[in-house]
Amino acid sequence: MNDLTPDREERVANLKGMGCSRKRVEDARFTQGKGNYIDDMSLPGMLTGDFVRSQYAHARIKSINTEAALALDGVIAVLTAKDLEPLSLHWMPTLAGDRQMVLADGKVLFQGQEIAFVVARDRYIASDAIELVEVEYEELPVIIDPLKSLQSDVVLREDLDPKAPGAHGPRKHHNHIFTWEVGDEAGTNAVIADADVVAEASMYYHRTHPCPLEPCGCVASMDKVNGKLTLWGTFQAPHVVRTVASLLSGIEEHNIRVISPDIGGGFGNKVGVYPGYVCSIVASIVTGVPVKWVEDRMDNLMTTAFARDYWMTGKISATKDGKITGLHCHVTADHGAFDACADPTRFPAGFMSICTGSYDIPIAYLGVDGVYTNKAPGGVSYRCSFRVTEAVYFIERMIEVLAIEMNMDPAELRRINFIKKEQFPYKSALGWEYDSGDYHTAWDKVLKAVDYEGLRHEQAERLEAFKRGETRNLMGIGLSFFTEIVGAGPVKNCDILGMGMFDSCEIRIHPTGSAIARLGTISQGQGHATTFAQILASEIGIPADSITIEEGDTDTAPYGLGTYGSRSTPVAGAATAMAGRKIRAKAQMIAAYLLEVHDDDVEFDVDRFVVKGAPERFKTMGEIAYAAYNQAIPGIEPGLEAVSYYDPPNMTYPFGAYVCVMDIDVDTGVTEIRRFYALDDCGTRINPMVIEGQIHGGLTEALAVAMGQEIAYDDLGNVKTGTLMDFFLPTAWEVPNYETDHTVTPSPHHPIGAKGVGESPHVGGVPCFSNAVQDAFRPFGNRHTNMPHDHWRIWQMANALGLHD
Amino acid sequence: MTKHILKMTVNGETHEVLAEPRELLVYVLREKMGMKGAHVGCDTSHCGACTVEIDGKSVKSCTMFAVQAQGANITTIEGLGSPDGLHVLQQSFKEHHGLQCGYCTPGMITRAHRLLQENPNPTEAEVRFGISGNICRCTGYQNIVKAILSAAAEINAAKEAAQ
Repeated sequence: MNDLTPDREERVANLKGMGCSRKRVEDARFTQGKGNYIDDMSLPGMLTGDFVRSQYAHARIKSINTEAALALDGVIAVLTAKDLEPLSLHWMPTLAGDRQMVLADGKVLFQGQEIAFVVARDRYIASDAIELVEVEYEELPVIIDPLKSLQSDVVLREDLDPKAPGAHGPRKHHNHIFTWEVGDEAGTNAVIADADVVAEASMYYHRTHPCPLEPCGCVASMDKVNGKLTLWGTFQAPHVVRTVASLLSGIEEHNIRVISPDIGGGFGNKVGVYPGYVCSIVASIVTGVPVKWVEDRMDNLMTTAFARDYWMTGKISATKDGKITGLHCHVTADHGAFDACADPTRFPAGFMSICTGSYDIPIAYLGVDGVYTNKAPGGVSYRCSFRVTEAVYFIERMIEVLAIEMNMDPAELRRINFIKKEQFPYKSALGWEYDSGDYHTAWDKVLKAVDYEGLRHEQAERLEAFKRGETRNLMGIGLSFFTEIVGAGPVKNCDILGMGMFDSCEIRIHPTGSAIARLGTISQGQGHATTFAQILASEIGIPADSITIEEGDTDTAPYGLGTYGSRSTPVAGAATAMAGRKIRAKAQMIAAYLLEVHDDDVEFDVDRFVVKGAPERFKTMGEIAYAAYNQAIPGIEPGLEAVSYYDPPNMTYPFGAYVCVMDIDVDTGVTEIRRFYALDDCGTRINPMVIEGQIHGGLTEALAVAMGQEIAYDDLGNVKTGTLMDFFLPTAWEVPNYETDHTVTPSPHHPIGAKGVGESPHVGGVPCFSNAVQDAFRPFGNRHTNMPHDHWRIWQMANALGLHD
Repeated sequence: MTKHILKMTVNGETHEVLAEPRELLVYVLREKMGMKGAHVGCDTSHCGACTVEIDGKSVKSCTMFAVQAQGANITTIEGLGSPDGLHVLQQSFKEHHGLQCGYCTPGMITRAHRLLQENPNPTEAEVRFGISGNICRCTGYQNIVKAILSAAAEINAAKEAAQ
């Protein structure tokens, strides 16, 4: 080794590979206001599109008069369903196998539904034109409650044959979409009937919305000379959008280029395919110039992709010692006017069947009924894998209710029911194979860190003081232990619209030893350009700073299913590692040739291949890259590139343990989060700084959902929460500082052992905040109270329990 | 609609544009002056993504007509730092991972910049209150607060050293 060779530690540090808190490469442009978001796009001659939307939640459209709007100077076109019908684009297929109106075809089914698409020279003229479009409505009875919908004579979807099966089997009623069942119902019922203890609860997981700060939008540009359509947009799955756009429009897929520029947050909202995209494409084809459509906040909250809206009923049984023996869950799922849920095809309720949670439950049953109502379509996974937030909320509330029933400590009840370390891989009663876990270690670490016993002691003292009239503040201790199921998924059972849910990475090493890697995913703030380069740096020995990561352009990136459901690291991250290993395998042969030894006589060492036993004889990856392009090597073709399409053998199962300590003023309903401790186990950790940031953000979105955020409707189907005045997004003032912690239990089937983390804090956070509120009122007889726990509702809780008497 | 000739100083340069009375300042900045750092997130002055500084005050440019800014002195994110030398706040946001998707970031940094003019040595609570007109959906604010406090300390230390 000569003096210029840095020591091994220095070489490892120089890579900025996995495990280091590398600063983000994205930040230079974002901090300077030089991001490139969809509304920043401007093309010559570009027009603006905007929608005439329904005032009513359910009405027949008697007429649409566009004359006055078309007469306005600067208005180029006004599209209605009649204009789209000859192209068969007035309806479009949904991701869930249903169909959805692009523009109102004879009737409207939810407030804000798209009726006409105005195309104008600028946004102001478009707004004027919208006011000039006259729509004559005939109001119809409105159904907002899914339970009533199944009893109602009112037919919402007149386009469907009520007797014909839907995409997910037979329909029981004209407003019924599907029944989906998993597990053994008769067996579960028998166990529950004979059990020592049974606890029951009904809970409504309210409708809410991902509400990324940047709303949805696109720019469509049809180049009639070349026959090429380019579509820029806020797409969490650009490749899927290209395929869907091709299938819908008949334009061959090679003539469509979809580009996701910088995306200002997604959280599931930007997975769906929306009428705005279809109308923009049509408008660009009709006008021959680019057309931009960007929704405003009200459009966003009212029409694009809500989340949750699950009415859940549960029964859980246990022995007298607290060992859980069975779990029964039924869900009435409000899907709104069209079934546009974004779930893998074979899972119409997503992965709700992870609802046995982190517990060794021998038998279980889940039944879900999907129902139409006069609400916006959607049903996306808001910062979670498909319906996992609902599942984890359900089981974590059932555990609390069982603890109340048994007069047990909920931490202890959890502990005695956890799946044990030695049981992994663990087959759950509802069919999942949990890859790895060490729940007891995580739980004990957290309870010790927060001094759980001390907290309970303090809580008891507070309660006594409250009873003596010395304070009006109660103390709640919220617990949650969650297991997520992410990284969808194995192509054998996971597809969206028939497209298998693999993902991909393509790497090119340049002759001078830097590289570019392209992936089928797309960052919306997760920092992929930073973290995927770290995976590669460790795999191929080229510094992360010398690797460009590119995503989101379907003409250059390999096909992939996109970023949602914490799938980027589990699937595309695996593809990245696998592609890196292909590079390394070829590099090994080149190195052996250059060093004049057999392939097996060299080994990879950080950033080079060395001759075994002779570390002074080596070739760096830079030298190998140069040789790969510039030296004739017998039997080896020039170049150093690799591509990997990764079909994951299983999902990954991140887990975590959270504790929230909350003070609650029973007279005002005001809450103060005193402490929040979050331990996450996401397997191998790629960038601790990024992980911690994801946890802070996910917990804050959990706080929002648990403590106030909802999409609410009145009986007439009017959206009551259409602006940020009414839709709760926490500010810095309401959000606490979080304490984070971790254990590391690698996934045994993932090439680098990583499991995904972006959504864990949301999944585990919602029940933790809710449990803290409910725990405070436990001594006064509270069993379960629905979220969101805003001040008014907490005041109502206290009032109903007689605390204001 | 009649257009007005508007003159304003943006980031130290005089700009002259034509705008209708109903045009919002944020769109004039973004679409007529090419300064796209201020973003639109809500249209109702709740989110603060459009925050700029006008005559020494933080202003949500989606809730102000451009004609109201006639003659004003405006600083946007583009006026803080440069590719060759980031502003202390920009550097601090990067160091402390105070941003993720980046959509709120220009407004957040512009607001923080003003906050530190008004209160060069804020407590954590003052920072949290001071940026409560700016919403971030990604970070949970913890690292934003850290970044602002750290930038304040750095600015103050530099001032002290200069004295």
